[in-house]
Amino acid sequence: MHFTPITPYHYLLLSAALFSVGVIGVMVRRNIIILFMSIELMFNAVNINLVAFAALYRHEVGQAFAVFVIAVAAAEAAVGLGIILAFYRNKETLNIDEMNLMKG
Amino acid sequence: MTDLFVVPLLQIVVVLNAVLVAVTYMVLLERKIIAWVQSRLGPMRVGPHGILQPIADALKLLLKEDITPIRADRWIFTLAPIISLVPALIAFAVIPFGGEATLFGHRVPLYIANVNVGLLYIVSITSIGVYGIILAGYSSNSKYPLLASLRASAQLISYEVAVTLMLVSVIVTTRTLSLVGIVEGQMRQHIWYVFIQPVAAVVLFIGGLAETNRTPFDLAEAEQELTGGFHTEYSGMRFAMFFLAEYANMIVVSAVMTTLFFGGWLSPFPNVAAAHFLWYIPGWIWFLLKTFVLLYVFIWIRATLPRYRYDQLMRLGWKVLIPVALVNLVVSAIVRVFL
Amino acid sequence: MLDAIAFYTLAALILAFAIAVITARNPVHSVVFLVINFLAVAIVYIVLGAEFLAMIQVLVYAGGIVVLYLFVVMLVNLKRGPEAHQDPRRQTGAGVGLAVAVLAELTAILAYTGRNPLPAVVPAASARGPGGNTEQLGWLLYTTYLIPFEVASMLLLVAMIGAIVLARKVD
Repeated sequence: MHFTPITPYHYLLLSAALFSVGVIGVMVRRNIIILFMSIELMFNAVNINLVAFAALYRHEVGQAFAVFVIAVAAAEAAVGLGIILAFYRNKETLNIDEMNLMKG
Repeated sequence: MTDLFVVPLLQIVVVLNAVLVAVTYMVLLERKIIAWVQSRLGPMRVGPHGILQPIADALKLLLKEDITPIRADRWIFTLAPIISLVPALIAFAVIPFGGEATLFGHRVPLYIANVNVGLLYIVSITSIGVYGIILAGYSSNSKYPLLASLRASAQLISYEVAVTLMLVSVIVTTRTLSLVGIVEGQMRQHIWYVFIQPVAAVVLFIGGLAETNRTPFDLAEAEQELTGGFHTEYSGMRFAMFFLAEYANMIVVSAVMTTLFFGGWLSPFPNVAAAHFLWYIPGWIWFLLKTFVLLYVFIWIRATLPRYRYDQLMRLGWKVLIPVALVNLVVSAIVRVFL
Repeated sequence: MLDAIAFYTLAALILAFAIAVITARNPVHSVVFLVINFLAVAIVYIVLGAEFLAMIQVLVYAGGIVVLYLFVVMLVNLKRGPEAHQDPRRQTGAGVGLAVAVLAELTAILAYTGRNPLPAVVPAASARGPGGNTEQLGWLLYTTYLIPFEVASMLLLVAMIGAIVLARKVD
């Protein structure tokens, strides 16, 4: 069996596909925790992209950016889950369609 | 070809089997030591002085009925013991049991892999083990395991912060993340790092007790409160896997402590001329000896200290260990830069 | 050859478990799939020569953030069974359509730029020697990107305080 050599394009395609799966998750699911997880999937797609470019250019800048992405993801998860818990305590629901208190 | 595939495979087989045998005998050792502390004899029936007791235990656990509770989350219930056992076993991949040895004319390193992120590898792999406990509690569909797993996960996450912070200050001293490199650094400087970082050694040992759910931090398996803990609903082989994971984790903690602070496979007193006969003992024996002493301390503590209350545990973690770790980090960084 | 096998296996794992994350009915199963997905991504980082990042991925993502998710899912799931999370108003068609559009767009951009062939990925570890990239990454973070680094730490501090305030019970 013969394979073409793995170029950064392969990794970029993988990243694009993973990002799309995350988009589908956000669009289709209504459970807010699953939505958050889909966003994490998209973060990971972005990180694969950055690391693939870091490997292409033999420079660590891409990895440094990925470290920042992970830091932001951690902050997002902490605050987001805090909001989810606070919301669940009041409304007893996780469905994002029922989070419409601000609708006039 | 031989050096690339055959030797690592053989190493993996040897290490895995050695760890599993060591774990079964750890159980016997623990029962014996606790018995001596309490003026009892411990297991005496199987073999002379109970020396074959682990085989009987293993047979019993293998032959027991494997029960899955009705309405349990079936495949997570099966997955949980595997998740907790596998990280404990693959952590041994980076632990250096010795330097290099000559075996049948081959130069064979006595470690499976020498990676430049070895210490981080150990920390991250052991942080995966917490899923086993949480998922076991969740999937059992029973209240005591759930309470235990909530306790355990909060405890493990809290102490992981202190342990990781403390490891950073150790790394400031060692200047490398490779475990082999750390031991070689101690060889070059002719000093065990426990004398440079004594606070880190103590805090890491306490953190190791908490991370392996050992007394005095065994709130996740407090029998008196939780009828057994997160593995209440488990039986047979799956219960045995949790047991193996706990003891394998103890061995990992002891081995890492040995490598970081007690000179790994190096023999003690390298600069005392009268102690030169110690050099003839091979390095791996020193490593196993030091690890064994630390394991003994683990069991000794279990036989001596009572269990912490939950709020005391959290207070110790967040209000004592983490501030101490931060101060230690700042001090070691200052010492490293200005001295 | 070996790198091709590794890549296609990892890609298949990553995509399969990503799809499992968004299709699983029980959120706890989703979390488990997410962990496996993150571990596979960490292996991709190792293949690309980013060992430090791979370890951070396992330590922070798989060992930290996802544990938080599991915690919240368990706290929330206790009162109601999984069937309560059925989504009556889901718009699967629109969502999948939009995602396919996104994928098509990204692929088109790739195909457009991909006409000039790039060299194959060299596992950076073999090119760089035993020192690894941890040191270089540290240099970058603490010299060129010092200010972003400090901003990120401030962000984490603010997030920590925010999470504590949010999770506190209001009397």
